Amino acid sequence: MSTPENTPDDAPQEGFVDPGLAHHRPRRADVDPKADKRAERQVAALFGLSAVGTVIALWAYFTKDTGDGGDVATIQSVNMWIGIGVFLAMSGIGFGAIHWAKTLMRDHEMVEERHEMRSSDENRAAAIQNLKDGAEDSGLAGGEGEGAKRRSVLKGSLITAMAIAPLAILVPQIGNMGGDWNVSKFRHTMWGPGVRLARDPDGALIKAADVTVGSAYHVIPEGLNDLDHHHKMDAKAKAVVLLVRLDPSDLKIVPGREDWSFDGIVAYSKICTHVGCPVALYEQQTHHLLCPCHQSTFDVSDGAKVVFGPAKRPLPQLPIAIDDEGYIVAKNDFDEPVGPSYWERLKGDSSGAEAEEESH
Amino acid sequence: MGTKVNSAAAGTANYVDERTSIGGFVKFFARKLFPDHWSFMLGEIALYSFIILLISGVFLTAFFVPSMETVHYDGAFATMHGVEMTKAFESTLYTSFEVPGGLLIRQIHHWSALLFLAAIMTHMCRVFFTGAFRKPRELNWLVGFTLMILGLAAGFTGYSLPDDVLSGNGLRIVDGVIKSIPLIGSYTSYWMFGGEFPGTALIPRVFTAHVLLVPALILALVGLHLFLVFLHKHTQYPGGGKTHKNVVGLPLFPVYTAKAGGFFFVVFGIVALMAAVFTINPVWNYGPYDPSPVSAGTQPDWYILFVDGALRLMPGWLFGLPMEWELWGYTLSWNILIPAVIVPGLFFGFIALYPWIEAWATGDKGEKHVLDRPRNVPVRTGIGVATIVFYVILVLEGSNDIVANMFHLSLNDLTIFFQWAIFILPPIAFWITKRICLGLQRKDRELVLHGHESGTIVRHENGEYIEVHTPLDEQEVWLRVNYDNRKPLEIEPEFNELGVRRPGYKWDRRKQKLSRFFYEERVEPVSWEEYQEALHHHDHGPSAEGKAEGAEADEADARLTEEWEKVEDEQASEK
Repeated sequence: MSTPENTPDDAPQEGFVDPGLAHHRPRRADVDPKADKRAERQVAALFGLSAVGTVIALWAYFTKDTGDGGDVATIQSVNMWIGIGVFLAMSGIGFGAIHWAKTLMRDHEMVEERHEMRSSDENRAAAIQNLKDGAEDSGLAGGEGEGAKRRSVLKGSLITAMAIAPLAILVPQIGNMGGDWNVSKFRHTMWGPGVRLARDPDGALIKAADVTVGSAYHVIPEGLNDLDHHHKMDAKAKAVVLLVRLDPSDLKIVPGREDWSFDGIVAYSKICTHVGCPVALYEQQTHHLLCPCHQSTFDVSDGAKVVFGPAKRPLPQLPIAIDDEGYIVAKNDFDEPVGPSYWERLKGDSSGAEAEEESH
Repeated sequence: MGTKVNSAAAGTANYVDERTSIGGFVKFFARKLFPDHWSFMLGEIALYSFIILLISGVFLTAFFVPSMETVHYDGAFATMHGVEMTKAFESTLYTSFEVPGGLLIRQIHHWSALLFLAAIMTHMCRVFFTGAFRKPRELNWLVGFTLMILGLAAGFTGYSLPDDVLSGNGLRIVDGVIKSIPLIGSYTSYWMFGGEFPGTALIPRVFTAHVLLVPALILALVGLHLFLVFLHKHTQYPGGGKTHKNVVGLPLFPVYTAKAGGFFFVVFGIVALMAAVFTINPVWNYGPYDPSPVSAGTQPDWYILFVDGALRLMPGWLFGLPMEWELWGYTLSWNILIPAVIVPGLFFGFIALYPWIEAWATGDKGEKHVLDRPRNVPVRTGIGVATIVFYVILVLEGSNDIVANMFHLSLNDLTIFFQWAIFILPPIAFWITKRICLGLQRKDRELVLHGHESGTIVRHENGEYIEVHTPLDEQEVWLRVNYDNRKPLEIEPEFNELGVRRPGYKWDRRKQKLSRFFYEERVEPVSWEEYQEALHHHDHGPSAEGKAEGAEADEADARLTEEWEKVEDEQASEK
């Protein structure tokens, strides 16, 4: 295959002559001994300023009272004084050195030749010969000499061994990193039949009578706060819910969910169906729920459908009812996984069971 | 005293050299020449902020506890007493409030991280617009590109460590993006988090990546990057005496030792000043991570904004069509994959491969050590500006809530505007930039042929007004005429003389199309013939015209003065 080449002439502008380096203009310190002395003093002063900066930093560190450390203003003042000390200590050296270089060191430009990156033909030939010799010695390549063998069995077995050997380390390493690999946990939350709704974060239970029209509650399942911190975080990451009460006449009930709400009270998962931020901003007038991360907007009065932004699916609805004591309870868990979409989201638990088997 | 020091130095040098033959290296390095230009400092800023990151990072590791174990806070910051948090967050509070100077180092670390990435990206822009990525530096462009990606990784892992509300939500977004990947998404999420999000494994894992894995890779690649800079010798801006075969500059020792070495201290000083007076990432205001709360105006660090912006930009429904597909029971989330995986992949892929794309269009196989003036490669400059506009739109969309708030705009309108702008503005930016470049090239021709406008107006005797032009000096002319006049590729015909179709024709044809896109429309530099003609043409040549008009002007001036004097004399004699 011929490759088109388009190497322009090295001197495309025939006739014009390179005038060479521009004439060097002397600096003031080059011609005036007074300016030279002055520059020297300035450099020394900058280095002196650096020493002052060091003293300021150390003075601030040792004498500025941090008190008990609880006062942000005190901390910030210590922070500022040490920082200003460091600033002077460092930039004094820096500006001094640069001023020195710019005023007193050589500024006549020098010229050096470049060499092509390509190795010389002899070197290339020698390199290729060396590799050939080595390959022949090893038996990896057949040689012309007597006794030279082509050890293709060795080559094949070595490549196979090298290719699979990393698995001996990687499989156990990666295999352990995923915990139990039971990804079907995405499907379940702490909610279930009869689990009471509680306020986030204090865990106070919520009575239907307390929820006035227009109000919104950040909700966690009862008993979440009794878990140890980590189980709590994992559970909370899926279970948080936003509870709002609308005027029942404003509420469009999704077909099939007629008994999922109670007198205008609806509960929706607070985990965004886009990438999982908490959908924490409720706009009372429009009944819109807004995710502050990427501004997906959901209409609570209409099945939490997406009205704007990058989410595609409505927020999952938590079916609720009122128990004998008047508390709001969940009728069941969500009927779909909460949060962002994933590949096997619509699959049942069977894939999870398989994964569990694999992990044993 | 002086001789004693000298002999001690000589002794040490001798000792080391006899064991390392370092003399050869010193001979090679000490007087190595580097060209001088302010734009060559951008890469230095990146290097220096990395060194500052290492220094301040070592300080921070002495106090940071990379653990997700739970504690009830009882430290100095009273507002948070009794709050349940991980040790990672608690130790961050401890470093800020109870280690004198600890807050300063934290802020130095964070500011220099922001500066590190800003410097890398600005440095990449300089290299791009001046064509410093051309042969033989394509591989070093790739090394630098990888350094930028590693810089993003270093930044994001560091941002995640304090385990505050902001960083936790950032990780949750990453988790959501990972889950959207077909087939392996949910398993990759489990692999990262050691089970379900947030789990207990993440902070220690991210810590190891942040303090060991990523910095070790960065350090190794910085070494390779600088080695290649030394090997290739630095590029230089065009001008008299500067060619592709030489390097014009000042020696490493002492000039650049002082300038570049001093500049490290300047960068350190400035970062320290910023850390001293500007608060950054006050995690005590945010609180420890909890999956439930999030505040309005949530923002990642600036270098992640473009991904966040892309996520905000991509609608879930496009003209009534869902951007999340359910195929055979499996879910494919284009609304996440396109902005967070595909677009960044294509964007970075294009940047990484650009040197080869341009080389195909140019077909030039020579080494290039003299930089291009951006105007002389209008299409490249246009592509660069279009890419920046594309990036900036994503960054602005990434902070659209803050932009909307500041300018009292509707958030939704702003997003819809950017949704159109991302397709419309980059091509417009390309076109405008290309036109500006071509205009500047024409201006250069104009200057070479007709000289500078001097501001002196002359009136001819016939009443015509003319401005005197002064000719350019030889340096100015050389800068404007001595550049590669690249033309579209000529390729061999499709069929040879026997009428047989030549293999590789299609590939060549594609390269030719690319080449035409780059070089079809161009402004030729002034040729020697044109220059000579302008010079000798009795009326319009710069020097001839200039001299003649200058002489006329002087003459006219002298005549006026004479007449004035005459009048004055007459008046004086009348009195």
